[in-house]
Amino acid sequence: MLKVNHVVKVFGHGTINEKTALKGVDLHLLPGDFVTVIGGNGAGKSTLLNSIAGVYPVDEGTIEIDHVNVTKLSEHRRATYLGRVFQDPMMGTAADMSIEENLALAARRGKTRTLRWYITARERREYADVLAQLELGLESRLADKVGLLSGGQRQALTLLMATLQKPKILLLDEHTAALDPKTAAKVLELSAKLIDDNQLTALMVTHNMNDAIKYGNRLIMMNEGQILYEVAGEEKQQLQKEDLIALFAKRAGDGLVSDRVLLS
Amino acid sequence: MVDVLLGALALGLLWSIMTLGVYISYRVLDMADLTAEGSLTLGAAVAGAMIANGANPLLATLCAAGAGLLAGLCTGVLHTKLKIPALLSGILTMIALWSVNLRVMGNRANVSILRMDTVYTFFQNLGLDKTWSMIVVGAVCAMAVISVLYWFFGTELGAAIRATGNNEKMVRAQGINTDTMKILGLVISNGLIALSGALIAQSQAFADIQMGTGAIVIGLASLIIGEVLFGKGGFYKRLFAIILGAVVYRVIIALVLKMGMPSNDLKLFTAITVTVALSLPRFKGYLATLKRSVKGEAK
Repeated sequence: MLKVNHVVKVFGHGTINEKTALKGVDLHLLPGDFVTVIGGNGAGKSTLLNSIAGVYPVDEGTIEIDHVNVTKLSEHRRATYLGRVFQDPMMGTAADMSIEENLALAARRGKTRTLRWYITARERREYADVLAQLELGLESRLADKVGLLSGGQRQALTLLMATLQKPKILLLDEHTAALDPKTAAKVLELSAKLIDDNQLTALMVTHNMNDAIKYGNRLIMMNEGQILYEVAGEEKQQLQKEDLIALFAKRAGDGLVSDRVLLS
Repeated sequence: MVDVLLGALALGLLWSIMTLGVYISYRVLDMADLTAEGSLTLGAAVAGAMIANGANPLLATLCAAGAGLLAGLCTGVLHTKLKIPALLSGILTMIALWSVNLRVMGNRANVSILRMDTVYTFFQNLGLDKTWSMIVVGAVCAMAVISVLYWFFGTELGAAIRATGNNEKMVRAQGINTDTMKILGLVISNGLIALSGALIAQSQAFADIQMGTGAIVIGLASLIIGEVLFGKGGFYKRLFAIILGAVVYRVIIALVLKMGMPSNDLKLFTAITVTVALSLPRFKGYLATLKRSVKGEAK
């Protein structure tokens, strides 16, 4: 479903701040894979997701989505294949537009925008139905501006938008990091449910080791722009947080374990 | 006095179309587009030059609007394809248009269309005086424009443009080319502004290279007045409020001139109006904290 072949990404070419964020990353996802990605600050997790999404061009390597080489495709063209949820709850929705307008925009992902009315009566009923599943009471607030919603509500809405039109790959970039723990847990549950219901292939970056272990069928650990360690299936289910920390310390060297990784 | 107010109403309606153009760039796209100053004159120059050469006034007006679309396209390409900041892109097109406008008017700073047929002549032949003709034409055009805008911004394409001004990253993630949306918005905006310029030039029977100077500030002042006084409610109401804002602006100007303000001070007055209006939210916040602290001390 997703093939990342030896991708290299360098920021600030030829400047004093030159930084190689990805040092030849290889990652293959099979249909239905739900991969969690962990690693410290600057490990390259977000860069990996942004490279897949086409936010910036990569310097080397190729990216294939469902056997289509998308390496040279612009961000908005790749969007046809991708559902994305960002860390910042403000990022995934248009605040000054209504809930239904946001959903209608997302329902037409990858399609040409025509001079037809932005929403149909049938869509409106469908949106009310899917919103009802969130159990946040949003189904009766279709015409409300998204800016009025809380961060958790907005993230739940963004998730719905990302999956409304079934994506080949769902990219979750620390999408619960900005929420309070209770809301974060809810949004995470919802993510897992949507992925399961729609049988999606997903890549989820997280700072929380427990979540990384609890969710998904595969886990990868990144450090310094490389994939350090990978675990899947049975072995992943047996994994303990302590194992991961020990592994990380061993592979990355003790000094490299960032506070943030240890704390979460 | 009634004459003064009617004159202000007529002028306000003609300028309201320009204000709607400013609304699209400034509010919908969230861009301060200085192209406006050049495209207003461009519309006036194209209509003026064509009418002076005996063209049909309606055709001349349409061509003027078309020229405005191209001016918007130019700014849009500079900004999105060449990655020049929006403000500078507008300034570049505006400056370039200065030379273009002079050329359009036959290398002169103005072109007179006195005693030529204009879009108003038809109504004057029906027995209306000049001012009432302007009011009729202005009102019809303004209502037509807001109806079309209301429909357009409700379509899938229009919604994509609105979203682009709101959250570009999200719009790209939904598979929309934000560059195209910005260009499209700027094209429509400047088309309207040039249309307004063409109507204004015909109403005063000449086009002048200086016409557009300060137009963007006049547009902003009208826009803000409209939003503050009448801007609550649905999209159609808000568009209508912009027309009213342009009229109220002209009435205010007519009144302060009548009260004896020298017309040379007009632009200073407009700039101060806009500054006050734009800083009002900040000032309100300051007042609120002041009130709270005073109350706190009283306890």
